[in-house]
Amino acid sequence: MSESKSTSVPKTTAVEVRLPSRMGFEKVAMATAAAVAKLVGFHEDRVEDLKTAVAEACINAIEHGNRLNEKLSVGVVLSAGEDWLEVKVIDDGKGLSKQPGKLDKPDIDRKMLGEEDPRGMGMFLIQALVDEAEWVAGTDGKSSYVRLVIRLDKDAE
Amino acid sequence: MQSVTKARVDQLTSPAGHLVAVLRFEGDIASTSKDAVLGTYQALSKETAKLVLLDFTKVDYINSSGIALVIQMMIEASNSGQKVYAFGLSPHFTKVFTMVGITKYAGLFPGQAEALAAL
Repeated sequence: MSESKSTSVPKTTAVEVRLPSRMGFEKVAMATAAAVAKLVGFHEDRVEDLKTAVAEACINAIEHGNRLNEKLSVGVVLSAGEDWLEVKVIDDGKGLSKQPGKLDKPDIDRKMLGEEDPRGMGMFLIQALVDEAEWVAGTDGKSSYVRLVIRLDKDAE
Repeated sequence: MQSVTKARVDQLTSPAGHLVAVLRFEGDIASTSKDAVLGTYQALSKETAKLVLLDFTKVDYINSSGIALVIQMMIEASNSGQKVYAFGLSPHFTKVFTMVGITKYAGLFPGQAEALAAL
């Protein structure tokens, strides 16, 4: 990476954003994640992958975690290393009771036949677009989070 | 916070002489875009608009709820004997549309000229 990258981002650094539980505010998290990813040196296509994954994680947190309760906020914590970026999206929901396995590609044939809801693609997109995705249920019945990791070199590890 | 989705319809004729209804979107395509996406599509004549072309050139943000609206439109179009095509998606959203299988039922083109030439 260029010299400017190593001077711009210390070995690990964190940025934190709090969003109101209102649809549309996921774009604030997207913009923040994109800015940090560009500082780390991610290429444009990976920045776009990250933006969509972060948006979908925030939408899930707003809609399902916090159930659109505007008294609750969604926390977004970005931690950047030299060649990776971790994003935690935290809400006040119970979280998933168990870790989802690798999700199948949405079945467009079943959707077109009306046998499957056209919605429900967010978690698939998250898994498909980042290098790691982990859903963690809060031990106190809240403070659940999804943790995403994206690397500069997609094939690393 | 989400930008309002604008939509308008142009009626064009392809070089092959087919009538094409072009739905031009502007802004975000998200859960709030139901009227712009489905409402605009449903206002088209099912008898004359047999070819529906979606213009995403001025769309910056599409989330999974927005993609679901596009799929809902494709279902209605399929049930009405219409064919749906699209152009103007960024490379990222072209990838996303391909990942979720939309390209199996809706042809994607880089621009309007390429799309019309194929219709």
